[in-house]
Amino acid sequence: MTAVRKSLLLHGGLLIVLFGLQFVLPAYHHGNLARIMVLASYAIGYNVLFGYTGLLSLGHAMFFAAGMYGMGLGIRFLEMSPALALLAGLAAGLILALVVGYLALRTVGVAFMIVTLMFAQALFLTILYFGKWTRGDEGFVIQQPERVLWGIDLSDPVNRYFAALLLFAVCLLVSLWLIQRPVGRVLIAIRENQERARMLGYDIFAHKLAAVMISGGISALAGAVYGLLFGYVGATFASVQYSIFPLLWVLLGGAGTVLGPFVGTLFMFYLIDLSSALTTAHMLIAGVVLVAVTLFAQQGIVGELRRRFWRWLP
Amino acid sequence: MTLLSTRGLSRQFAGLHAVQDVDFDLPAGQIRALIGPNGAGKTTFVSMLCGRIAPSAGEVIFDGQNVTGLPAHKRISLGMAYTFQVTSIFANLDVAENVALAARRHLRGAARVRGAVDRALEQVGLADRRDQPAGDLAYGHQRLLEIAMGLVQAPRLLILDEPTQGLSEGEIEDFVDLIKGLSGETTILLIEHNMRVVMASADHVSVLNFGEILAEGTPDEIRANPQVQAAYLGSPDA
Repeated sequence: MTAVRKSLLLHGGLLIVLFGLQFVLPAYHHGNLARIMVLASYAIGYNVLFGYTGLLSLGHAMFFAAGMYGMGLGIRFLEMSPALALLAGLAAGLILALVVGYLALRTVGVAFMIVTLMFAQALFLTILYFGKWTRGDEGFVIQQPERVLWGIDLSDPVNRYFAALLLFAVCLLVSLWLIQRPVGRVLIAIRENQERARMLGYDIFAHKLAAVMISGGISALAGAVYGLLFGYVGATFASVQYSIFPLLWVLLGGAGTVLGPFVGTLFMFYLIDLSSALTTAHMLIAGVVLVAVTLFAQQGIVGELRRRFWRWLP
Repeated sequence: MTLLSTRGLSRQFAGLHAVQDVDFDLPAGQIRALIGPNGAGKTTFVSMLCGRIAPSAGEVIFDGQNVTGLPAHKRISLGMAYTFQVTSIFANLDVAENVALAARRHLRGAARVRGAVDRALEQVGLADRRDQPAGDLAYGHQRLLEIAMGLVQAPRLLILDEPTQGLSEGEIEDFVDLIKGLSGETTILLIEHNMRVVMASADHVSVLNFGEILAEGTPDEIRANPQVQAAYLGSPDA
């Protein structure tokens, strides 16, 4: 079996399993999984930049929030339909990614991390400053009638699950497709050895900018869908915490692997969920497990599987 | 026809004249060796040719076009290829993928790329190692991989910065044969320390010393040149 066929089988298989779980999961886990799939889509976006291009951003919450607010404000003030509002969220994320990428990519390494962090903080504070429209920290609710897309009520758990699965499937397949295309291979080449890639004739800046836009676009779409599915838009999603989350998820699951973002998000979500059922000091348990994983599986869960067993994993 | 020339090309590093006022002409199809003692400015000179560093003064003309202001990647797409003095490959990627990355910039379609990659690996004798991670190759094989990455670009000018460094005797002989086989197809600028390689493969030799062109000529003329001997061995009255 060729590597391409194996990887299609594996990723297709995961999507089929996720589709099937819908019919057997109890309501609580059913709701969790919908949330995890949307957050994993955000992590997939982050992974394009961090895992495949080798650029560590500490400000990705700005793209997630740009998508969420682009969608939410469109519905709230411009009375957009949900479909149009999702597009508005995506467009907001892409425009932000173009501007931030253009400026931040003049820096490298630690400076790039700081610059992206600062841009994200600037957006967060902007959201608070214009509290009259954004309702700041408190946020605002998107009412059930505003969440009906093409006659499908997205506040209904079953519909919500399918919408989350659809988003996740699209993001997963886009990232899988991207890294097998020549342009995706160049991103990996930049991660591995930028100077060599440049001296093979590739325009490094243009490729990195494209990576920021793809990454920011996927993150923004995830943010817009999150707001629409769960009916809430708030400034928390623009805070530093939401920039750190995707980094943790991707590191845990395996940076530079297609499945890593999903595995990491799932793992972390249930780690916190299960440990908080045991004790109020649940962050202590979560912390110890995180340290253990970083010590014993430095390339993340999927990264470690690739290193030890399945070299063909994309 | 002159493929590459420089006029008054200079580069200073904090007051040190690494390369000074170099006029250089390379006719199409020639294999030119660039030699000189350590620190003579050879790598600085070729780095300015391919755009890795900007000159302090002077210009670079490639195929009749002034490329002095062009960034490196644009010069590469005009048909220059460069292999690094210190081995620079994608260590975590397969050997074939390394070469494919070099090929894809000018070739479209998986089948064509694969064909070109196979040919290039065949030429340097690495065909049986195509699926290994490049970082696992022995040092000499990594040098050969770099050369394959240069060849697969089908460049009009191939710049090789000390390609035989770290190669075994047998590999060096194969390398000389490979270079001779390219004679007429590609113009080659070869920075080389190994005089046997220079004598066996170059049509023409330029000697750089203290950032200036000291002498130019056929390998035999250069070998007989007393100034060159002095630069390499120290002059008798020094």
